[in-house]
Amino acid sequence: MADQTAKTQVSTKQKAEEEKVHVFEAWCKRCEICVAFCPTGALTSDKDGFPVLTYPEKCTQCGMCELRCPDFAIAVRPREKKESKKGSS
Amino acid sequence: MALLSKVTHQYLRTKKQFPNVWCAGCGIGTIMGAIIRAIDGLKLPQDDVVMVSGIGCSSRMPVYVDFNTLHATHGRPLAFATGVKLAQPNLKVIIITGDGDALAIGGNHFIHACRRNIDLTTILINNSTYGMTGGQVAPTTPFMKIGTTAPYGNRERSFDIAKLAIAAGAPFVARGTVYHMVQLRKLVEEAIQKKGFSLVEVISHCHTLYGRLNKEGGAIEMLKWQKEHAIPISAAGKVPPEKLRGKFLTGVLWDIDFPEYCEEYDKVMAEAQGKM
Repeated sequence: MADQTAKTQVSTKQKAEEEKVHVFEAWCKRCEICVAFCPTGALTSDKDGFPVLTYPEKCTQCGMCELRCPDFAIAVRPREKKESKKGSS
Repeated sequence: MALLSKVTHQYLRTKKQFPNVWCAGCGIGTIMGAIIRAIDGLKLPQDDVVMVSGIGCSSRMPVYVDFNTLHATHGRPLAFATGVKLAQPNLKVIIITGDGDALAIGGNHFIHACRRNIDLTTILINNSTYGMTGGQVAPTTPFMKIGTTAPYGNRERSFDIAKLAIAAGAPFVARGTVYHMVQLRKLVEEAIQKKGFSLVEVISHCHTLYGRLNKEGGAIEMLKWQKEHAIPISAAGKVPPEKLRGKFLTGVLWDIDFPEYCEEYDKVMAEAQGKM
């Protein structure tokens, strides 16, 4: 279990820069709340029920999936405009 | 790593039993996120926050967060928190409690904490049932809803938590839902800043037991129910009264000022020492 978490954190650091939305599959319980309440419909479920960013062009990085996730299992890269105004969050 | 989740993950005990114990889709995790973001927004040091909880699904929350935490006996988190606050008045004490924990087992502690007006922040998670023990009827189960101890429907009226707290003397009462988690974060921030006893009732869902027994669907359907039945208090005057039936108001419902207990106690000490 601890190894799994460590692996997830390492992969997060590597993938964070290139991915808009990252899912920690070790923590995700596949409740599909993020998919159901995605305002633009950018997220879909894969065959196991894990959320996947199928339409990255639709994703506005609003962060709603991250705020709604009960398991802290999804992370959204902040918008770059906001970053330059407010500094890193 | 410029991830948003950096905000929450620095407050989590990630080496504890993650993923957390709650059912898939349970709202308590979302509430925990909102509380963590509220504390982060207020820039409170982690060592200055105490999280106290009783027994129940919601009361598992302090296990996962990296504050000073205290897991108390069933129904008595308010009693333990009163002791913590009186001993260390500089700490911010947040109580996480469930509807059965606060209103049935600890009902007396709840009304007297409201009456005493000591500076505590209570987050009361109302999922209308006893989730951890198997879906029994709680004091907040609505009329004619089914529980495992009421297979023909609950014939008792439920508590209106906000009205109970206002009547008992709480100076700050607010209500939020899991669906409106951005508003919930603001309510928690306001409640923490309020000097005096503050209560935030959070309407949550138990789709595993309550939702299944009452055929209200899964977590997503119950979140949509919250969206449809919540009316902000600012809009309540504009809505015709017949449309308010069966719905609940959200937002800050009650906000008055009243002398806080710790300050009054200091005055008592100063007065007594002066006279001696």
